[in-house]
Amino acid sequence: MRKGRALSLIALPIAASLVLTACGGGGGSQSGGNENTEVSIFGTEPENPLVPGNTTETGGGKVVQAIFTGLVKYSNSFEVKNAMAESIELTKPDQYTIKLKQGWKFHDGTDVKAKNFVDAWNYTAYSPNGQQSASFFEQIKGFRDVNTVDPDGANGPQKAPEPKAKEMSGLKAVDDYTITVDFTEPHVIFKVKLGYSAYMPLPDAFFKDAKAFEAKPIGNGPFKFVSRTPKQDIKLERYEEYKGDDKPKIKKVKVAIYTGTEAAYAAVKGNQLDFLDTIPPSGLAGNLWKTDLKGRSQSFQGLSVQILNFPVYDKKYQNADFRKAISMAINRKEITEKIFEGSRKPTDGYAVDGVTGWSPGGCGELCQHNPTEAKRLFDKSGFTGKLEITSNADGGHKEWIEAACGQIKAALSLECTFAPVATFGEIRKKINAHEMTQVYRGGWLADYPSVENFLNPLYRTGGSSNDGGYSSPAVDAKLAEADRAGTEAESYKLYHEAEKLIANDMPAIPLWSTPSQAGWSNRLKNATMSAYRELDLSTVEVA
Amino acid sequence: MGRYVIRRLLQLIPVFLGTTFLIYVLVWTLPGDPFASMCGERRCPDAFVAVMTEKFNLNDNIFIQYIKYLGGLLQGDFGETFNGTSVGELISLRYPVSVKLALVAVLIEAVIGVIAGVLTGLRGRGFLDNLVLVSTLFLISLPTFVTGFVLQQVLGFQLEIIPTVVSEDPTFAELLVPGFVLGSLSMAYVTRLTRTSIAENKRADYVRTAVAKGLPQSRVVGVHLLRNSVIPVITFLGTDLGSLMGGAIVTEGIFGIRGIGGLVYESILQKEGITVTGVVVLLVIVFLIVNLFVDLLYAVLDPRIRYD
Repeated sequence: MRKGRALSLIALPIAASLVLTACGGGGGSQSGGNENTEVSIFGTEPENPLVPGNTTETGGGKVVQAIFTGLVKYSNSFEVKNAMAESIELTKPDQYTIKLKQGWKFHDGTDVKAKNFVDAWNYTAYSPNGQQSASFFEQIKGFRDVNTVDPDGANGPQKAPEPKAKEMSGLKAVDDYTITVDFTEPHVIFKVKLGYSAYMPLPDAFFKDAKAFEAKPIGNGPFKFVSRTPKQDIKLERYEEYKGDDKPKIKKVKVAIYTGTEAAYAAVKGNQLDFLDTIPPSGLAGNLWKTDLKGRSQSFQGLSVQILNFPVYDKKYQNADFRKAISMAINRKEITEKIFEGSRKPTDGYAVDGVTGWSPGGCGELCQHNPTEAKRLFDKSGFTGKLEITSNADGGHKEWIEAACGQIKAALSLECTFAPVATFGEIRKKINAHEMTQVYRGGWLADYPSVENFLNPLYRTGGSSNDGGYSSPAVDAKLAEADRAGTEAESYKLYHEAEKLIANDMPAIPLWSTPSQAGWSNRLKNATMSAYRELDLSTVEVA
Repeated sequence: MGRYVIRRLLQLIPVFLGTTFLIYVLVWTLPGDPFASMCGERRCPDAFVAVMTEKFNLNDNIFIQYIKYLGGLLQGDFGETFNGTSVGELISLRYPVSVKLALVAVLIEAVIGVIAGVLTGLRGRGFLDNLVLVSTLFLISLPTFVTGFVLQQVLGFQLEIIPTVVSEDPTFAELLVPGFVLGSLSMAYVTRLTRTSIAENKRADYVRTAVAKGLPQSRVVGVHLLRNSVIPVITFLGTDLGSLMGGAIVTEGIFGIRGIGGLVYESILQKEGITVTGVVVLLVIVFLIVNLFVDLLYAVLDPRIRYD
């Protein structure tokens, strides 16, 4: 009796595991081509519900870009092409008239009309809705009537006053397929921004029941939302009635949620995950990824740039000569080659190669390694004490910061150390509160591929990401002039001039652009990356 | 016995309140602010922060926040994360996997550990004893992440016997190797505990009596000797099961298992106090119940132990 029970105790799990393996085996391994196979791509958990105007990070952005199509789309080399827009015309210096293509439908079968864009934009801009992307509409006439400022910041006791209006006066749906956008000042480059998540249309269903929409988002894009298991996966399926010319070839996509890239890298290596857009540091070390994923990996120029920020509000860092000296003491080429094995590209400006309107050379010799000139500027600046460069320690930044410190020390005989902080959240809190006392690492991932996005938010007085408190009337004036310029070409010329002015003040040191290294499984064909450096879902196929 | 159980169950209440409150406060007093890192390199718009603060009662005093949370909890509502996912749903998705993994680990450590312990304890010094001694020492000195990565590299990437990462809803078979990694350290302890215990009791009076009565060796060892010797081992296994269910962050990370450990880890980093507290609530309950169960098992194993 006793023996029998003991035996069954051992036998039970064995039997159970045999049964369970029999049921669980074989999933996904059979080849069925584009129609049957589910392509799994790396993803991270969206930080907010999947509402386009509240999605600014890559985890949610990936899904939003797949299930929505905006007025324009960016090609893989960052060109702007009309998508839902039939035409976007500058009808007055301060007015765009946008005509929509007809016949497009949301996934719930309703037509996509001008009203869907206007309502969505008004919703996002209206401050009591607390949408993250509200500031993307600030150039539109009447924005200040719908978006009020909290007089003492979010943490203060006072609340922002109730906005006067719910709709921006400058945004109108003239008829079902025409929108006019009036700006407070001419804003020609507005067109380039329109592919960003903030500008997506929303179906009427959203305004009827936002909660239901959050549970099952309805878009107008090439893929429709099927289901979501929190922190595990998001499943999408091709939308058969999609009218765009980027109709996908694959039928099913699964965004597999990972918490880090390490496990995802192992999965791609073992062909259990189909696409990973960010090879982890352990894979980049010694260029391991090139052998691990031979013939199924590639590096793509990205939209992000690595910078060193000075907290200009701190007296210690207010001398421009000192900041220039640090920039010229750093040998970007050596670091990108020795530390990053050539996987980063030294930059000589504040934006990255290939984005609309950017031309190189904005930083010029101020971004070139020149120890003698650096030393001369440094001595002139009269800086005393030592230099500390800080960053979150969990992001793999230690090596290059220490290398840069070594170079600074060698060129300027200035004591320089790396001061790590445990998490990104901790350091961000101090940055937001303007309490930084050290030079800190920054990285800027552009929202849309335009030079404007690399300058205005970061270096304009009061810009949404101008954390260092940099303020220069000359730069502000030049940027404003560029924003107002009558033609795109003129505007881009002025941005370049502004970039030169910024470099001459060096409130932040541009270092290198950060390309995306992607790897994929051996069953994917034509894998390439979209402008946002995700898998281009419209061209990929399953072998 | 009944009164004992009731007393133990009543003890659950203060322990439960104390631990959840501590965790709640600790998570929210961690440095950093949830809305500091949520908008990337951009400061979150004030309007967004205001709406979120209001929604998650973050401008209340911490005691009031905790009481509001507890109120929801008593109605079975674990709350919502910042992206609108129900914490209850998250836990119910993740927990089964963690329980499975913990069970596999405990089974491995119990079966292998006890068998090895009994064999070496009975035989005494000799080749087998030395072999077990050295191999357990080896396992104890290796951190879990080393065992994990080595096994993943060798069995997964080179020999391709096991999948390098487990699937979303892993089967018991897939969890064998991760379970071994997770249980290896405790397995070594179980072996040593059993060995010492057996070696000690081998010379006890009741064993000598049993042998003198002419009972077969298997009955002497299996029933008389083992039953008494296994009490410290059961205590160890019980607490171990509790902590294994609490999450094996490292093992889960290596093999891509979507369990409770990873969930807690992520939530701490994102300062999602609500998820952390939710999981901890459950862990506290599991821990207390497993320990109660272990204590009750003593009486079954050794009839001399009484609880009233």
